[in-house]
Amino acid sequence: MATQETRTSIRWDYAPAPESPEHVRLRDSYGLFVDGDFRDPSDGTRVPSINPATEETVAEVAFAGPGDVRRAVESARAAQPAWAALSGLERGKYLFRVARLIQERARELAIVESMDGGKPIRESRDVDVPLAAAHFFHYAGWADKLSYGMGGRAVEPLGVAAQIVPWNFPLLMAAWKLAPALACGNTAVLKPAETTPVTALLLAEILQEAELPPGVVSILPGDGSAGAALVREPDVDKVAFTGSTAVGKNIQSALAGRGIPLTLELGGKSANIVFEDAALDQAVEGIVQGIFFNQGHVCCAGSRLLIQESVAEPVVEKLWSRMAKLRVGDPLDKNTDVGAINSREQLDRITELVASGEEEGAVRRSVVCELPDRGFWFAPTLFTDVAPAHRIAAEEIFGPVVSVLTFRTQAEGIEKANSTPYGLAAGIWTDKGSKAFEVAAALQAGVVWQNTYNHFDPSAAFGGYKESGFGREGGMAGLRPYLRVST
Amino acid sequence: MSERLPVRKTYKLFIGGAFVRSESGRYDRAGAFNIPRGSRKDVRDAVAAARKAGGPWAARTAYNRGQILYRFAEALESRAADIGAPSEDVEASVDVLVHYAGWTDKLQPVLGGINPVAAPFLSFSVPEPTGAVGVIAPDAPPLLGLVAELAPALAAGNTVVAVLSEAEPLPGLDLGEVMGIADVPAGVVNLLSGRRAELAPVLAGHHALNAIVDASGDAELGAELDKLAAESVTRVRHSGAAASYADATADPLGRLEAVTELKTAWHPVGA
Amino acid sequence: MDRVGIEERAATLGKRSIKTTAKEQGIRLAVSMVDLTTLEGSDTPGKVRHLCAKAVCPAPTMPEIPSVAAVCVYPSLVGVAREALEGTGVKAASVSTAFPSGQASLDVKLRDTEDAVAAGADEIDMVISREAFLAGDDARVMEEIVRVKEVCGEAHLKVILETAELGSYDHVRHASILAMESGADFIKTSTGKASSGATPGVVLVMLEAIRDYVDRTGRVVGMKAAGGVSVSKAALHMLVLVKETLGDEWLTPERFRIGASSLLNDLLMQYQKTETGRYARREDFSKE
Repeated sequence: MATQETRTSIRWDYAPAPESPEHVRLRDSYGLFVDGDFRDPSDGTRVPSINPATEETVAEVAFAGPGDVRRAVESARAAQPAWAALSGLERGKYLFRVARLIQERARELAIVESMDGGKPIRESRDVDVPLAAAHFFHYAGWADKLSYGMGGRAVEPLGVAAQIVPWNFPLLMAAWKLAPALACGNTAVLKPAETTPVTALLLAEILQEAELPPGVVSILPGDGSAGAALVREPDVDKVAFTGSTAVGKNIQSALAGRGIPLTLELGGKSANIVFEDAALDQAVEGIVQGIFFNQGHVCCAGSRLLIQESVAEPVVEKLWSRMAKLRVGDPLDKNTDVGAINSREQLDRITELVASGEEEGAVRRSVVCELPDRGFWFAPTLFTDVAPAHRIAAEEIFGPVVSVLTFRTQAEGIEKANSTPYGLAAGIWTDKGSKAFEVAAALQAGVVWQNTYNHFDPSAAFGGYKESGFGREGGMAGLRPYLRVST
Repeated sequence: MSERLPVRKTYKLFIGGAFVRSESGRYDRAGAFNIPRGSRKDVRDAVAAARKAGGPWAARTAYNRGQILYRFAEALESRAADIGAPSEDVEASVDVLVHYAGWTDKLQPVLGGINPVAAPFLSFSVPEPTGAVGVIAPDAPPLLGLVAELAPALAAGNTVVAVLSEAEPLPGLDLGEVMGIADVPAGVVNLLSGRRAELAPVLAGHHALNAIVDASGDAELGAELDKLAAESVTRVRHSGAAASYADATADPLGRLEAVTELKTAWHPVGA
Repeated sequence: MDRVGIEERAATLGKRSIKTTAKEQGIRLAVSMVDLTTLEGSDTPGKVRHLCAKAVCPAPTMPEIPSVAAVCVYPSLVGVAREALEGTGVKAASVSTAFPSGQASLDVKLRDTEDAVAAGADEIDMVISREAFLAGDDARVMEEIVRVKEVCGEAHLKVILETAELGSYDHVRHASILAMESGADFIKTSTGKASSGATPGVVLVMLEAIRDYVDRTGRVVGMKAAGGVSVSKAALHMLVLVKETLGDEWLTPERFRIGASSLLNDLLMQYQKTETGRYARREDFSKE
């Protein structure tokens, strides 16, 4: 018989809810995807790709050597005229196929993305994979409408595109790069990031399933040296890079004097600005989404939190109590909010920068949570009493660490937000529309989220001002970097 | 009766709306005139002036900037005889200014728009000026080669620091005087004469410069500028010297895009 | 308040995966929080007695299922409920104040409440005057609550905002604050008679209002989600909203309630499914 005691003694927490990897069919070892097939590296190596949450091997992956890079560029060159000669509609149909196949294999792709990169399955399932499919779907539809997207100008493809993507959104960034390049009639050689090559290789399988002509896309996992070789290949007509500002500058410099169109999507130290008239609870959610999404491994992460002084205290307290509810742990658990740090190297960098913040006198608070023994982890961290001159206020941490600065007036908020060499993104939180639009116009940033943060869409251009890069990905503007105006 | 002695013009750099001597005190001869040979510090001052003028210039309405560019064309036409350049060079320059005057309020609808995002947000992308733009003018034609790069940069809302034709700097310096009567606000255009090989690298390496348009046609210099620009991710466009109105307007949008950023804003819809 | 942000957050919390033991425990917890409700013109003492039996022992074949929190009826039947529930620990709750519209004079509302309390109601579910609220007369809204609270005496007061009629999340939050400032022990979303009820967004906004009020004043206020919560998934979503907004201390019937009529049997069916691995049928459990 039920009693009042049974009623009030119920304690409730979520049981582990791991996504089962049983459905995933990974090979033990992947070759380089060149000219339509997986091939052994000629002068490369084979390297295990590590699950950062367990330090176990996800799969062994071939890394390309310089000869492999050359062979891939040659195959892209050979395939390009026929690919460009296809009608836009037919090219588009291949991309539509790819979009559909990504949707069909969505669950598998999401699981592997979380295994290889450490991001929560909730994000790979709800953001990375669906957006990757959406990008192919969006650009598929552009393939036969290119001149409309270019202000009516007559256009032609550039030729062979060399594309390098980072480890934070491996599949999604591959889609951002490949979809517009292919739609415009270019062929591509894509280098996934050193630590996260596996979903790009699953994408290669999908390209095979889609019967994409051999050579139109080659996928070459490798380390930085492969990327460096790729962008220096003499027969490349276009370079697109997403990654750190330091490497971006190297690439821009390496291409000096060659007249090769370049797209750079680089780092950031984006300001998330909370005004005193903001809806504070939604702002706190936006702050959390802005900095803890994907463990803060996001180029546009809202890592500089600028709060108007009059509400700084309540916002920080609300944020801190909200942070305590973040669930950190197994990336494959469907209830995990913050997963593993992508690599030991990145963990070391975060650790070093956080230590510098403490040394420089900022006040650190890190969420107390149980972290697994193995793998790479960093507890969500909040710094207050941060001065603009501190390293944690100026340098990109690329981890789950937010630095809080305050401002007194709108003008000061704008000035502080713009006071950085970067210019990728910004957030504005205010209930007053006229203020939101005025501040948005004054911010030197390629993306401004007003009363929201970290939203992406294939129809909306994305890219930076200043040292966050140039060129745009997404939407109509995303066609421009892959087309030449024919005169 | 003695013959009247003509009053000769003293040519000066045009920085921040003022006609100034090079801080270096150096000069070169051009025909009967002494031409200031701009220095590293003159570049610095010019970039500072361009940065200072940038915000207010960009904040003007597109209509107002269009009117100022058109006024610039009117002023150039009326002063055609005073410019030390062939009349076809001046006339083409006037027409180029008229063409780009009309672009100021067309750029946004052509490059920008509402993004049909799959979520309850108003998302829109708008072109914005990239900021302070360096222009390396070709040696010839001395006026049109400059105006073909200047006009799109201004139309897109940028401010400019230009290194003038080294071979024929006088038309470019004369243009500064035209601007003085054309309502172009101080600092929006800054003109430097001198040695291109000395000035252009300083300009490209200046971290406060946002974009550089190199019309010098000098491949070696171009590669050097590329390398310097890479230090601060400065945007670079290499452009052949515009020899005619048709050249200068063959792909106007391309010229405008090179000095334009695209900003995407998101705003939730739902109270 | 910003609708898009609120609904995004509420929807994200709806994606929490509640499986195995968490599901079993969650269902049992949800059962213990139910205010089993009947508010029909056709309600009779017989029906209320049946409902009370169901409330005390929802599933005789599954003794680990607790009693619900309360039975909620019209004032005319609260005496019947009180008698049937005597000594069981299940509370007798009564709606009042000219439920559901509240369109009556304050005197009538007070008399209505006095009747219910006199008949033995442990808990009173009053409605705010939306007429006053929407006309901007906050003072009258508050005064009514204060006066009703006075006549409640020992009885706990739940204040129904009827959020579907308030028109915006800003209004929901504002009404929540007015109710708490006026002495509400619980704030409650809905009567169950309007076009929508305890949507995740509304519940989230009210929970956040409670959190801020408690932080500011130290006085504990409970929350009742009512209207439209008719399946287990929705109920578990409510528990997630509570857990991640107010914390585990609010995961008790003393501080959180779900007002419902048909939810209870769905909880029982889902519980049985979790236990046996087989999908249940409606007729496995009595309606009352």
